[in-house]
Amino acid sequence: MRNLVSIEDLDRAAIERIVALATNFGQVADRPIKKLPSLRGRLVINLFYEASTRTRSSFELAAKRLSADVLNLVSSGSSVDKGESLRDTVATLSAYGPDAIVIRSPHAGAPALLAGWTHAAVVNAGDGKHQHPTQALLDCYTLTQRLGSLEGCNIWIVGDVLHSRVARSCIQAFRMLGAQVTVAGPPTLVPDEFAQLGATVAHSLEDLREADVVYALRMQLERMEDSLVPSLREYTTNFQLNARRLGARQLLMHPGPVNRGIELSGEVIDSPQSLITNQVAAGVVVRMAVLYEVLAGAPPETDQPHSQSPALEPQTA
Amino acid sequence: MSTLVAVSRPPAELLLRGAHVIDPNAGIDGAHDVLVRNGEIAEIGAPASLQAPAGAQIVQAEGKHLFPAFVDPHVHLRTPGQEHKEDLETGTRAAAAGGYCAVVAMPNTDPVLDHPALLRGMLMAAQRDARVPVGFMAAISIGLAGGRLSEMSELREVGAVGFTDDGKPVADAGLLRHALRYQRLCGGVLALHEEDPALSRAGVMHEGAVSVELGLAGIPSISESTMVARDSLIAEHEQGRIHFQHLSARSSIDALAAARARGVRASGEVTPHHLLLTDEEVRPLDSNFKMNPPLRTEADRAALVQALRDGTIECIATDHAPHARDEKNVPFEQAPMGTTGLESSFAVLYTELVLPGVIGLQLLLERLTAGARLMDLDVPAIAVGRRANLCLIDLEAHWTIGEAGYESRSSNCCFAGREVRGRNLLTLADGAVAYRERAFALSAA
Repeated sequence: MRNLVSIEDLDRAAIERIVALATNFGQVADRPIKKLPSLRGRLVINLFYEASTRTRSSFELAAKRLSADVLNLVSSGSSVDKGESLRDTVATLSAYGPDAIVIRSPHAGAPALLAGWTHAAVVNAGDGKHQHPTQALLDCYTLTQRLGSLEGCNIWIVGDVLHSRVARSCIQAFRMLGAQVTVAGPPTLVPDEFAQLGATVAHSLEDLREADVVYALRMQLERMEDSLVPSLREYTTNFQLNARRLGARQLLMHPGPVNRGIELSGEVIDSPQSLITNQVAAGVVVRMAVLYEVLAGAPPETDQPHSQSPALEPQTA
Repeated sequence: MSTLVAVSRPPAELLLRGAHVIDPNAGIDGAHDVLVRNGEIAEIGAPASLQAPAGAQIVQAEGKHLFPAFVDPHVHLRTPGQEHKEDLETGTRAAAAGGYCAVVAMPNTDPVLDHPALLRGMLMAAQRDARVPVGFMAAISIGLAGGRLSEMSELREVGAVGFTDDGKPVADAGLLRHALRYQRLCGGVLALHEEDPALSRAGVMHEGAVSVELGLAGIPSISESTMVARDSLIAEHEQGRIHFQHLSARSSIDALAAARARGVRASGEVTPHHLLLTDEEVRPLDSNFKMNPPLRTEADRAALVQALRDGTIECIATDHAPHARDEKNVPFEQAPMGTTGLESSFAVLYTELVLPGVIGLQLLLERLTAGARLMDLDVPAIAVGRRANLCLIDLEAHWTIGEAGYESRSSNCCFAGREVRGRNLLTLADGAVAYRERAFALSAA
């Protein structure tokens, strides 16, 4: 795998390979010395055009755990803010000879453009409302850890699906692994066109009990300003996931950051059925797996199966 | 009143030998010799029947097709103010290369063409730079701001072809009404870019399954069609003459057909890209497929083709909209809207509509010239005594759009890389040779 721009770049086998790799890295994460030498001497640049805490820090940590050098560039205070075009910024960064560029952009398609301009491997850390493939992969990993398999699993994605790159990537990834996906929310935020992505569209939570997993999305205040929802209060009345709506055996996920009391009630966030902190922990090992895959993975031209486990010897200090 | 201006060139003295001449307007379809003297069509005769007078050049045109040259009622020549995208010279060179003998430039320049003095300046510039005659539309509202009316009657006296706020809708229905009343004083078609900003908002592509999948903000079809319906009613009420630019949606066609059935004096144009492409092209997020109005669905595309066929849409306009490479080489949402079209229009339409039998060649030729009539300009015709406005096309030639670059200063063509048939070899515009393909020789008599 050369780049990870979209879940569409992957197939079921590739997702399962990354999940397996992340499982191996997860074993290392439990050791006292958490660092592996796999990417020693490689340079990973995190190029972030949008505010991000967990995605950027988990990519940074993932690269460091694999012994890569990491350069973080965030939009505020850099040339990015001074009107430099993406193309010129990339030309400048390419002079440092990066092996991978991780990019977060407010604009759909920026990672794909970047891939055409650089020799470095490109990893999409979220582009506009288009794709967020590593989030979907870490969600697949989290669910696989808990359930063993997603085959036949019924997953409901609830909330502002229209404006969510997480939802788009998750619908594709969950379906590739054999799950059935329902998207639910008000018609302004869940247009019927989502059926064309293979998801079932629901405009109420009446049948939420069918779900094995309920995946809540962040509800943003600006949606109210656009009149997409009349008020957050009304939204919570119809679509908040709380102890009344959520059954005890249903698993709960959220990509974070959570608006406590809006899309989720406090009691379900803190309940044992919540996988939210598991998702955060999975963020590091899955991004390790993705960086390993694009930088050290088997060359695509060979038909040999990918080595089952990368070098797992802890780095000798 | 409408003034078309180009560089003054020596009138052509040419004998075109044996071309298959087709002109639906003049009712010609067959092999002929055509003699052009002093820039006028002097004689049309049987093949090999005409003699070249002394000093005339001979074009061996057997096996080639001679058509009336095309007229584009909608191009952006980016002058003044955005000459890094296009200027009068490069834009009209592109037009000549595409077989056009006249183009009408839009006023969304910098500064906006909204004042008689600016129009005078542009007409002088065209006299110096334009390879084919250029007409200019003036703005309906000052600065395209949608607030105050431009000095319409004075602009007409200076030579404005008509009026448009193209690139933007006239959102204020009251302003459009005043413009239509003023039209009774000064004439000049009002060409309308139909889009309700409250519906299109920050949209960057057609709203539908593809926009939902890509996570891009959509521009719904109703953003166009509700305005077509509204403005048809206003024009009907004021008994004015309006022209709908670059129609893209099936629902707009329905609204236009309904208005025409009521007797409203409304016409419409369609672009080659809306006739041939759909929003599926946007999937790879290539900004060359970002235009306004956006590429819509297959149902819309099919309705546009049908409307072109049945005459609901009377002409083809390219909406040639050049942008510099750096401006387009950015993420889709940030890229400016528009595609070039002058150099590819005939070939793509011939290849994808005429060759498969969707429309006839005669109909295509009629629709590529009818823009002149809708703008109250002379329609080119191959008839004795008329100015020579001709294009000579090799319908057998295979080529790839963009393979040898473009005459336009910009290369943002949505048809780049398409294999097509039909190559223009020679264009005569207002009696003078405006374009000759480099490899195509004229010989002395």
